[in-house]
Amino acid sequence: MRAAAVETERLHIGYVNGRDAVTVLSEVDLLVPEGEFLMILGPSGCGKSTLLRVIANLLDPLGGRIAVLGGAPEAARRARRTGFVFQDATLLPWRTVLQNIRLPAVVGGRQSKDLPAARVEEVMALLGLSGLESRYPSQLSGGQRQRVAIARALVDEPEILLMDEPFGALDEITRDRLNDELLSIWRETGTTILFVTHSIEEAVYMGQRIMVLGANPGRILNVRDLRPIKSADNACKREDPAIVAEIAAQRRLLAEAS
Amino acid sequence: MSRAVQVLAPVFGALSILAAWQFLLPLSGLPAYIAPTPTKIFAVFVTQTDLILTNFLPTATEALAGFLFGNLAAMMFAILFAYARFIRVAYFPVVLFFNTIPILALSPIIILIFGLGMTPKIIIAAIICFFPTLVNMIRGLASATSSEEELFRMLSATRFETFLRLHLPRALPMLFSSLRIASATAVIGAIVGEWIGADKGLGALIIQATFNYQSDRLYAAIVASSSLSIALFALVALIEARVMRGWAR
Ligand SMILES: Nc1ncnc2c1ncn2[C@@H]1O[C@H](COP(=O)(O)OP(=O)(O)OP(=O)(O)O)[C@@H](O)[C@H]1O
Ligand SMILES: [Mg+2]
Repeated sequence: MRAAAVETERLHIGYVNGRDAVTVLSEVDLLVPEGEFLMILGPSGCGKSTLLRVIANLLDPLGGRIAVLGGAPEAARRARRTGFVFQDATLLPWRTVLQNIRLPAVVGGRQSKDLPAARVEEVMALLGLSGLESRYPSQLSGGQRQRVAIARALVDEPEILLMDEPFGALDEITRDRLNDELLSIWRETGTTILFVTHSIEEAVYMGQRIMVLGANPGRILNVRDLRPIKSADNACKREDPAIVAEIAAQRRLLAEAS
Repeated sequence: MSRAVQVLAPVFGALSILAAWQFLLPLSGLPAYIAPTPTKIFAVFVTQTDLILTNFLPTATEALAGFLFGNLAAMMFAILFAYARFIRVAYFPVVLFFNTIPILALSPIIILIFGLGMTPKIIIAAIICFFPTLVNMIRGLASATSSEEELFRMLSATRFETFLRLHLPRALPMLFSSLRIASATAVIGAIVGEWIGADKGLGALIIQATFNYQSDRLYAAIVASSSLSIALFALVALIEARVMRGWAR
């Protein structure tokens, strides 16, 4: 059996402020099999970003157990087996699109030559960025910026992609298009994706499963498997009655959580 | 407004003031030793080119050298303070204290120590540039956003890589804004140094011309010093445009 992408047991996460620790989420038991597309929903401030940070090893847990790809989160991060996409894209304004996508090849003990130009071209084509190589971030649209951020996260072929509301600031049309593109990238690469969003439609449309977090106390409230109402390759139609009903059900659940 | 108007309007503005100065001033009865006309000031540059040049060059050298040394030292200290916590905690208050000493009060001591040559003027110009650049650079080095910091941690970047590829570029806008200011203050530093003790330089010329009621020379020296500031400023702006090409277009 393959190791799970992410496995936690009574995971306890939060922040340490001086002497006291502030709990954000506790009793988190989560099993994300490799290759899954998991959506994370929850009221603002409930700890969605914090959970992704712990999985990414940007933050240490306060207690409990967590394994990423069968080992410590730090090992997965150091081996570039986990990738992160931030809400604000986080492109460096002094680097061109190409230089931003190549950033992973010039830091962290990497040599520029370790990243073949063909691989960069491949991810750029995958995200529809070909031809924009020498643009600066300020010369891109919001959607293009997010595409560059995803390309940069994908260039090292991570096995897990952690995405923190990457499309939160985009208009609906752009977001819908990027949803479809991300789905096809996921089908092509088989990457495990943990995707935080505020949009219930987005969660139901893309996810194989949806995890809803609640606040006070921060817990996993509900995990819903959507595979029964979707086709085998996790495709669905937005106007499908089962999908529409699911969106309504999730909305009720989330209203209770907040 | 069309582009031509945008460019020509300031030229018109400056020329109109010069014209008013030239033609209305003599009517006001203000004696020429207080305010000579623009043509008389300009005449100094033509008839006494040597005098202006021999005094301009030392001041330019001092200002430029002070600018370079002061800002370089400030950048190096900023990096030290930004990355060595103990040194920052131990020495930053001392630096803050030094900054409260007025440069005019400090200058005579520097002249006493280093004599009447160019060195003390370079040091005064350097000191005057040092502090604003230090403070701006420290703030600039810390100005990366938290998601940028997390991106570099995600990529397991070393401290040096994070400095080179994130903190340093992030510090550039603030660094250049203080270099622009320093381009003017370096010239002030050099001139102040020359006031206190020098026989050459625009500062010395200003003092001599004042005591001899040679107001045309005095004004010519003032024009020369501000030209020096403008040249230094233009140099900084040119380098900034090159370095920051593409940043915010
Ligand atoms: N650096 C920090 N130190 C202390 N507390 C923090 C820190 N960052 C976040 N928190 C707190 O942790 C809790 C969870 O924050 P988190 O950012 O994970 O929420 P979120 O679910 O991602 O919210 P949103 O949907 O608004 O992004 C919040 O109450 C927040 O105030
Ligand atoms: Mg968040």
